[in-house]
Amino acid sequence: MAELELIGGYPAYMRESIKLVEKTRSRRIGKLPPQMTPQEREEILNLCHPDYAPGGKRAIKVGPNAGDIAPNEVVDLLEAYPLIEPNQIDLSRIDYEIDVLIIGGGLAGTSAALLANDSGIPANKILLTNKLRHGDANSMMAQGGTQAADRPNDSPVIHYIDALGGGHFANKPDVLRALVEDAPTVIKWLEELGALFDKDADGNFVELTGGGTSRRRMHACADYTGMEELRVLRDEFRNREIPVLEFYPAIELLTDEENKVVGAILWNMETEEYKVVKSKATILATGGFGRLHIRGFPTTNHYGATCDGVVLAYRAGAKLRDVDTVQYHPTGAAYPQQIIGLLLTEKLRTSGAQPVNKDGEEFVFPLEPRDVESSAFIRECYIRNKGITTPTGMKGIWLDTPLIDIINGEGCTEKSFPAMVRMFKRFGIDMVKDPVLVFPTLHYQNGGVETDPQGRTNIEGLFVAGEVSGGVHGKNRLMGNSTLDCMVFGRRAGIYSAEYVRKGVKIGKPGLKHVEKYLKMLKDAGINTERRSPILLPDYRGKAVLARMIDIF
Amino acid sequence: MAEKKISVMDKIREAGKSITSGVAEEDIKYWVTIHIMGKAYRVPADLTIMQAIEYAGYRLIRSCGCRAGFCGACSTVFRRKGEYKLQTAMACQTRVEDGMFLVQIPFSPAEKPLYDVKNEELESSVILKYFPEVARCVSCNTCTKACPQDLEVMDYVQAALRGDFKAIADGSFECIQCGLCAIRCPAEIVQYHMAQFARRMYGIYGTPREKNVEKRVEEIKSGKFDKEFQRVMSLSLAELKRIYTEQQNTREVY
Repeated sequence: MAELELIGGYPAYMRESIKLVEKTRSRRIGKLPPQMTPQEREEILNLCHPDYAPGGKRAIKVGPNAGDIAPNEVVDLLEAYPLIEPNQIDLSRIDYEIDVLIIGGGLAGTSAALLANDSGIPANKILLTNKLRHGDANSMMAQGGTQAADRPNDSPVIHYIDALGGGHFANKPDVLRALVEDAPTVIKWLEELGALFDKDADGNFVELTGGGTSRRRMHACADYTGMEELRVLRDEFRNREIPVLEFYPAIELLTDEENKVVGAILWNMETEEYKVVKSKATILATGGFGRLHIRGFPTTNHYGATCDGVVLAYRAGAKLRDVDTVQYHPTGAAYPQQIIGLLLTEKLRTSGAQPVNKDGEEFVFPLEPRDVESSAFIRECYIRNKGITTPTGMKGIWLDTPLIDIINGEGCTEKSFPAMVRMFKRFGIDMVKDPVLVFPTLHYQNGGVETDPQGRTNIEGLFVAGEVSGGVHGKNRLMGNSTLDCMVFGRRAGIYSAEYVRKGVKIGKPGLKHVEKYLKMLKDAGINTERRSPILLPDYRGKAVLARMIDIF
Repeated sequence: MAEKKISVMDKIREAGKSITSGVAEEDIKYWVTIHIMGKAYRVPADLTIMQAIEYAGYRLIRSCGCRAGFCGACSTVFRRKGEYKLQTAMACQTRVEDGMFLVQIPFSPAEKPLYDVKNEELESSVILKYFPEVARCVSCNTCTKACPQDLEVMDYVQAALRGDFKAIADGSFECIQCGLCAIRCPAEIVQYHMAQFARRMYGIYGTPREKNVEKRVEEIKSGKFDKEFQRVMSLSLAELKRIYTEQQNTREVY
């Protein structure tokens, strides 16, 4: 039982390294390493970004994106068999017949419901379904902020250029323009619904920068930004009595004779019964894929982030884009063991915290775009061997958080980062006084189901919003553009699905023809596998128990 | 060179494997025994309560959400060995301790009153209109003791009785709506629903609208940036790269 002795949360050998960080601290104040040139950025990405390192990916064999490259973990799910056999399901009894079905209740799904309702769809003709609870989503965990170019020295065009460069110029231009042009409207909307953003004494927003963001345009609610935004929208949603289902993931979409999407099959995770929803329009807002642990990385993501929406849409024939790129957030917790992978907001670096190595040396400009910054951390740990190894074998570099109070005044860390301070305190570490150990963590699905500015896909009746969609962020998303994406395209999907319904779309009989077709494609491609998808949840049960588990009840 | 790159990714995978693919016994040095709903399980000492429950073989559907302390799904009550006190915590944010007895609370039953914030006024009576039970507060401070975020819950309930919306907003802002306060409250107050209402009321009626954003929304509506967008969207990739680099070089840092 003799456990490792800790001093202020750290073992003695890590304390030695902290002393070196303290030694260089005063010299580093106000002096940052230079930003990398475009060429240097490219070199470091090629050297050690997980997306660029060899292995880890393969070509998709079937479906609309056959031949495209994607991470193995994603291809595994696309090249997997459905959870149900099409003939197992009785589609003659419809449980819900509605106008707009929304799958997923984070910021995107909740925004979509509100705007569909604002656009004339009565509450009882909308249904929002969730895999877990309404609000169980990555949105709830967003810390840093939401971008909107609203200050006089900024403009939506500057925002556009920042996001385009950050995305390696692969972003879909018309979709990106919609994102930046709607941004101020989203912030105003939230404010009018009662969201409490950080403001100065004159009532102006306190706005910060982010990695790759050239102007201060990050609107934050301390480090609980997503939580504040989502709980306000969810409260508004509940007051309107829009029907909601919880613990009811969609396990397959439904299509009619013309391959329009006309609803979904939902499955009660607790009673295991299914429900058939017939809907004129369907909005997928199921979020991303962090829990696939691509390339074996820990993740910041919610328990339910398992790529379900992409799998369902792909079977119905929806096109994907940019699924070859994965965002690794530079600052995931690397110590202690209990919080490995959890997010330390980028806002820490915009407030002055610097990355330094085990000798207390700075080695990278703190606010490069996320893919570049992450690559620099990986190089420092695994190529230059200047990282700190934890007692459980993780490597990391220091994020020198005490600088935040030194630069901004005592008390700033606690006021601006209550969630971060609280998390470390729970595990015995005081981040106001001591640096914290970080390593890149799987954070975001950059691509997804291709969307247009109205949130439409190439399949009639199917809309997408938020992380499940692809196009707006290109190959790499900037901080503060994710919560924004959810709300801009959630709202748009709500508005344009309502318009689609109002124009009088005629839908046929809901069926699973597309699934039968997909099954045939898998067989024709010679894909023989036990894999089934969507996986709905990851499995973290201990290996010893799993080895002796039998299914008899 | 290619060899080296692969090995970096393999090393990273190896370093994180207990987190990404379930804990294997042979990797563990230190162990504790915990009692999950009365049954004893030997689990690695380094885990959170949530990870330990999973290690023991439970696959969670309820009582597990963001796994990072933001969503309030994993409310847990426990007693330490030899202690009379009932403790409350989030399972994802609490390390296991040898001898602890625990159970998770999968749901907090509480009806949320319906209101339309657009039709209300910022006066103290509006809270009692929707949350009359707030008046039953006996200042016992049980809610504060139960709060896993260490908020001064009772203080903001008292602020509600005074109609001090700012104090409610400040005091409850970091609430994750887990429901532990409401479950423990002898006066049957649903603190977190009341606070949600009060925060929105304060945001709408107690703080001024921000001017910059209102102005910018009007400018966009009037088409002020249309020409500039047309110009930028017609540029070649090389020109876009050039203006991007220029823009990055003139960035506001802090």
